[in-house]
Amino acid sequence: MTEIFIQSFIYLCAAVIAVPIAKRLGLGSVLGYLIAGLVIGPIIGLVGQETTTIQHFAEFGVVMMLFLVGLELEPKMLWEMRTKLLGLGGLQVGLTTAAIMLIAMELGQPWKVALTIGLIFSLSSTAIVLQTFNEKGLSKKEGARSAFSVLLFQDIAVIPMLALIPLLALPELAAQAQSMAHEAAKHHEKLSLVAGLPGWVYGLVVIATIVVLVVGGHFLSRPLFSFVAKSGLREVFTAAALMLVIGIAALMSLVDLSPALGTFLAGVVLANSEFRHELESNIEPFKGLLLGLFFITVGASIDFAVLLDQLGIVIGLTLGLMLIKAVVLLVLTFGFRVINSDRWLFTLSLAQAGEFGFVLASYSLQNHVISPELAQTLSLVVALSMFLTPGLFILFDKFILPRYQESKNAQEADTVDEQGPVIIAGSGRFGQIVNRLLIANGIKTVVLDHEIGQVDNMRKIKIKSFYGDATQPDLLHTAGIDHAQQLVIAIDDKERAVDLVSYVKQRYPQVRVLARAYDRGHGYELQNAGADFVISETYHSALELGGEALKTAGYHPFWSEQQKQAFLETEAANKEVLYQSWKTSTEDSKYGTHYRDLFMALEEQLGKAMDTDRSDRHSRVERGWTPPPKGYAERLAEEDKAV
Amino acid sequence: MDPDINKVLILFAHPSQRRSEVNLPLYRASQEIAQVTTVDLYGEYPTFRINIEREQQRLLAHDIIVFMFPLYWYSTPAILKEWQDLVLEYGFAYGEHGNALQGKSFFCAITAGGSESAYQHEGYNHFTIRELLQPLEQTALLTGMHYLPPFALFGARSAIEEQRLARHVEDWTAMLEAIRDKRIDIAKLESLAKLNDGLGFIKQVAE
Repeated sequence: MTEIFIQSFIYLCAAVIAVPIAKRLGLGSVLGYLIAGLVIGPIIGLVGQETTTIQHFAEFGVVMMLFLVGLELEPKMLWEMRTKLLGLGGLQVGLTTAAIMLIAMELGQPWKVALTIGLIFSLSSTAIVLQTFNEKGLSKKEGARSAFSVLLFQDIAVIPMLALIPLLALPELAAQAQSMAHEAAKHHEKLSLVAGLPGWVYGLVVIATIVVLVVGGHFLSRPLFSFVAKSGLREVFTAAALMLVIGIAALMSLVDLSPALGTFLAGVVLANSEFRHELESNIEPFKGLLLGLFFITVGASIDFAVLLDQLGIVIGLTLGLMLIKAVVLLVLTFGFRVINSDRWLFTLSLAQAGEFGFVLASYSLQNHVISPELAQTLSLVVALSMFLTPGLFILFDKFILPRYQESKNAQEADTVDEQGPVIIAGSGRFGQIVNRLLIANGIKTVVLDHEIGQVDNMRKIKIKSFYGDATQPDLLHTAGIDHAQQLVIAIDDKERAVDLVSYVKQRYPQVRVLARAYDRGHGYELQNAGADFVISETYHSALELGGEALKTAGYHPFWSEQQKQAFLETEAANKEVLYQSWKTSTEDSKYGTHYRDLFMALEEQLGKAMDTDRSDRHSRVERGWTPPPKGYAERLAEEDKAV
Repeated sequence: MDPDINKVLILFAHPSQRRSEVNLPLYRASQEIAQVTTVDLYGEYPTFRINIEREQQRLLAHDIIVFMFPLYWYSTPAILKEWQDLVLEYGFAYGEHGNALQGKSFFCAITAGGSESAYQHEGYNHFTIRELLQPLEQTALLTGMHYLPPFALFGARSAIEEQRLARHVEDWTAMLEAIRDKRIDIAKLESLAKLNDGLGFIKQVAE
């Protein structure tokens, strides 16, 4: 137990120190984690043996990440991606494998080994690339979407690769590694439901599993989460979310499918669910930590002794590898019309080997396809290329993006699509109407409500809304507050509404906050908290009703309308004074004498504004459409004659 | 006020700006010109609650008043009529002590759907554009302003297709700047059929 504490402390400590420094230096968190690992592993030697075990555990972060990616991707969008997924992804893996295989053969490797090396190196790092896209806010760019298609294809392609590699085994290596054979056998005995099944049965099992996943995810997840949400316990929801992801990963492993692929599919199935944002905000921290851990282990697992021994070769191979991958990617951008800065983003982001490279390397070793020495060198190249990737992103940020910035700005001016969504907190009777108006105008909204019943009701009338407490920063984050244009606050809890305003205005000052106030005092509190626009929930409907009463009392409809407007304008003109008085008065006398006096003065002014014929004063209402005095026309005629 | 320049106030009225092909570019071009005040009336008063006091102050602060609008039924869009009804008060614009606008100049910058030949006595509109705008001309006269003929673009619906827009915007900014800088004799313009015909009277800036 003590050991676990100490080790956890070392890992966390390294991350806590290295990551903020790396971020401040503009290097990104991934490089920070890698450096942290490098320091505690090979440099200081605080951790050692256990890194590989931890790395396998931390790879689960990748699984979670793909679940989150799936949540962001509706089935429709996935279908639209199919050309890129198969075309771009297939060609990238195929061409890269072929190119590397040829070079390896030139360097004197037998074709089987060369092919294995090609496969290992053709994969890129989903973990680093997607994490960096997220962090740098590049996910929405065309280049990033194309890169994602390729990564997804690679994740799928790992499965047939794992099937292919044992067929490439070299007899002489197998003979050499008698001692390892028995260890490898142990690996083969892992828990599997499908071991020894004939091919067609296995095929059926795979199809059945995916059907269960999709259908189950669609129909069973909702009642389950609904049941959990009704309990109102946040941690149980978190447990349910984790259970879902881990359960799917387990199911996939049992039938020898990629857990990452499984959770990705589950994510896509749940992308339309009302629980999407709540799921995201629950899984996100786990994913972040596990991925961080994963990057640390990559840094820590670099074997310095071997690296120094073959320094020239490893560096040469790494740079050569990245160059080949980049060239292949660059060629593909021309075929798939990925242009401008997106072309370079796509090319540079995927030019490394990835975490699946480690998996394939050790798997190839177990299957006697490559020698231990070669496996070691390959792993080093993979690690080093991952290490260099953040550098490529910095290159993109600092040198390539600025070149395209100008033309991009010119384009952006008239595209409304790029605008962030409007987040509506609270889908009750107030938020609902706001949402309907915006939706009817084709404006993207994200509606959040913490009452599952309310969300259900909205969903029944085909209004997309999500379960979750909008006052939770995590949920706001997953709902997209970072790039949101506006936040509409229409939640019933008065105090939490005020807290939400101050939190959002502090963290995201660029988001315009429009708040619904319960009454005048609440309105002042919201304004004081920084809300950009505050409106009382009853004010305008009361005014409408008052106007109706005026009409019943015999006012001409147009006159009644003018009186309402004059009322509004007089109130608006005095709003600031009343607010300032409320603000400067002490806590316990918020509605003290001064405020009361001002309010009475306002009432008097309202009376005057309404006053038309009885007063000699030129009131605001009286001014419009006032006829000239009688006899003025005759005077005009006389003047005209005189000229 | 700067005696060397005319301060220009443009009151722009277009209720459907997302569909505007000519007026909006004209308005945008005007916004770029220094010493020219531009007001989007429909933008400022979406409920037609025109602030009389504010509008009168604007009139007092400028020398040249321009109505910029697409011709709707041979007249202005509704808000400009509302603006006249409310802002040109007795005692301000006309009548006893009503001389606030004396000596200023007024004209319209309009776009019309029909071709120029339609706005002739022989054409299907039977009246020239200057004749059709006579209510505004008389309003200017009664309030003591110099009335100038309209700056007009005809056949506005096909201006983009026929590549006439850029030229028109250029002409407009040239005229506007000339009027602002007093590089054109306003008296000479008063009798023209349309203001566009006065482009030749502009004195070029001495280089």
